[in-house]
Amino acid sequence: MSFVTILYAALFYFAATILFVGLAYRVYEYAKIPAPLKIPTPPAPMTQRGVAIRIFREVVFFESLFSATKWTWLFSWIFHLALLLAALRHLKYFTDPVWFWVSSELVQVAGHYAAYLMLAGLLGLFARRVFVDRVRYISSPSDYLILVLIIAIAGSGLMMKWFPSDILAIKLFFVGLLTFNFSELPSDAVLLIHLSLVIALMIIFPYSKLLHAPGLFFSPTRNQVDNARSKRHVADWAKRMESTK
Amino acid sequence: MASKFETPEVRKFPVIPKLENSATSHLSPFKSKEEFQSSLGYPGELVENWQEKAIDKMGDLLGKYRSLRVYLDSCIQCGACTDKCHYYQGTKDPNNMPVGRQNLMRGVYRRYFTLPGKYFPKLVGATDLTKEVLDDWYSYYHQCSQCRRCAVFCPIGIDTAEISMAAREVMDSIGVGQKYCNEIIGKVHKIGNNLGLPEPALADTLEGLEEDVLDDTEVDVKFPLDVKDSEVLLVTPSADFFAEPHVDGLIGYAKVFHQAGISWTLSSHASEAANFGMFIGSYDNMKKLAMRIREAALELNVKRIVFGECGHAWRVAYSFLNTLAGPFDFLDPRYPVPQHICEITNGLIDQNVLHFDKSANDDMTLTYHDSCNVARASSMGGIMGGQFTIPRKIIQTVANNFYDMDDETIREKTYCCGGGGGLLTDDLMELRVKGALPRMEALKHLIEEKGVTHMAAICAICKSQFSKVFQYYDLELDQIVSLHQLVSNALIMNKKEV
Ligand code: SF4
Ligand code: SF4
Repeated sequence: MSFVTILYAALFYFAATILFVGLAYRVYEYAKIPAPLKIPTPPAPMTQRGVAIRIFREVVFFESLFSATKWTWLFSWIFHLALLLAALRHLKYFTDPVWFWVSSELVQVAGHYAAYLMLAGLLGLFARRVFVDRVRYISSPSDYLILVLIIAIAGSGLMMKWFPSDILAIKLFFVGLLTFNFSELPSDAVLLIHLSLVIALMIIFPYSKLLHAPGLFFSPTRNQVDNARSKRHVADWAKRMESTK
Repeated sequence: MASKFETPEVRKFPVIPKLENSATSHLSPFKSKEEFQSSLGYPGELVENWQEKAIDKMGDLLGKYRSLRVYLDSCIQCGACTDKCHYYQGTKDPNNMPVGRQNLMRGVYRRYFTLPGKYFPKLVGATDLTKEVLDDWYSYYHQCSQCRRCAVFCPIGIDTAEISMAAREVMDSIGVGQKYCNEIIGKVHKIGNNLGLPEPALADTLEGLEEDVLDDTEVDVKFPLDVKDSEVLLVTPSADFFAEPHVDGLIGYAKVFHQAGISWTLSSHASEAANFGMFIGSYDNMKKLAMRIREAALELNVKRIVFGECGHAWRVAYSFLNTLAGPFDFLDPRYPVPQHICEITNGLIDQNVLHFDKSANDDMTLTYHDSCNVARASSMGGIMGGQFTIPRKIIQTVANNFYDMDDETIREKTYCCGGGGGLLTDDLMELRVKGALPRMEALKHLIEEKGVTHMAAICAICKSQFSKVFQYYDLELDQIVSLHQLVSNALIMNKKEV
């Protein structure tokens, strides 16, 4: 085993632990904290099914954002869509045998062009931070840095088209990580840069605003059923005050 | 009008204003005093180790309110909400952008409760809780009317109202309270209503109303107080007993009950629908105030509870009352608890019990202001969007001339009147006038286009706010009307009883 392989194997285990344990812990925390009062915003669904549909529309179409600002919606929707396509394309590095639909031309080609889309979306979001005075005002250094980080990930990934690595070896490395059947990682510079940046992203995820991903599912204004008149909704900590006559 | 500030210009085509840093940092409401603070269980002045206490209180709230925790974590700083607040539009102050307002607390949250904020504060915009930060909190968390317009547009549903309520609770806990809200809450705890109106005075007022209505209509409409075994307990904002145009609304409810033959009563114990406990984010105070309504309902042995026209009161009633003061299993299970007076009137219209002479309102061309708390924090009629359709349907049943304002300013996108959330106090007049701008613009466009003369509302705060700020925008104070005032004008009464 080369030093690079051992280093990156260790880093990936470390980053994956932070990412999954960190996220799981956040989700556990969010789930544990009660929402003591009903605060859904309109149009508030009156059934659990309605809530599921509402969340689905928010997650898939960014409906509220659409009604707020078309440019931000466009850039961020493109970015997230591209992220999904790229993620699907990358599944081929983790599955053996590769799931048939992942290996399909459609997923692979779409995943490739997704890199361009992603860059377009991210640059749009970056430009908005720089040029719109209101968004510039609220931006802290970390807001720019996260964008730069993801731009760099997309950019370095795209670069691999011109600085190719041994794809089969990369795949063996990752499948090896999953099955504890270790295999050498090619030590090409562009590949290592790309992977380092991904590791960084995994580590900051549970400590940053990237928590908006689980956050949306736990947002009481969006995930509550509008049934306060027919159903009481007393939080555990509020029960001590229950003294109904 | 000796105003020390300029009324914002009403623009033909509103554009998003450019930022003006600290434009309204000088606006803070009067601070509460020892006597008001202590009756609510808060320290009378800034406690010694206030920083530590404030952080402890924040930690406590973060463990009690999922909204607070999730919303402080999840903001993407995307900017979608930045132009959505009426106070930002009217003041141009960046701290009045919803996310700007949230960040005042988020910076502190990050500093004391997150790893990156502990070690790299500059990087993530984390700040120590200094005296300056506390002053900013006091100022800008009292420049939020908790109207939730921002929450409608946010991709995550972040509700700035939740954050400003928490901030106010933290401040109260270290002795920095707001006079207006806390003095009022104290009055309700002690006497039963925001005005501090004791039972004899209330009885007197209601008697006067009975005489007025008798003179006007030759019908002996009653305004009962503390009458046991009535069908309905009516809980209404105390402004309805005095203020214009509120009182015309109260007359409207009385006529509806009279005409429908529903026995009803007011209560001197629960003579207030408003629940200012919500404004200061205090579950305890909110619950105590809500319990008065339960106690009155039990004491008077009524079958249902009905709320009068009041926006945030209806929010607390519709969304919280059952949770805070329920279960209401002693009431008639055929009706939701509580009901809104508009639901009552609407139901009676559907059953063909009420009849109207629409032409009685022909001297007015009307529009309707969706009060923020009704629109964005409640519903009516057990149907999605009932809070929008039912009031409009009633207006169109009792009046001929009705137009809606611009789509971007009504229904769930409605603008706050500028005086909600515990800001309806003279010491915040500048803020109230500036915050009214988007609503004034939409109204003035409709006046120009359709010749609208009056705007109806179902909120005591909206009515008081508009009758005060209209003059700054060259409108007459009587151009704001109660919805049930329109009902009252047009309702055909049986005169046989006299
Ligand atoms: S709740 Fe209303 S007043 Fe408060 S920040 Fe949001 S839009 Fe502004
Ligand atoms: S819209 Fe929501 S996520 Fe975006 S900046 Fe405003 S509060 Fe944050």
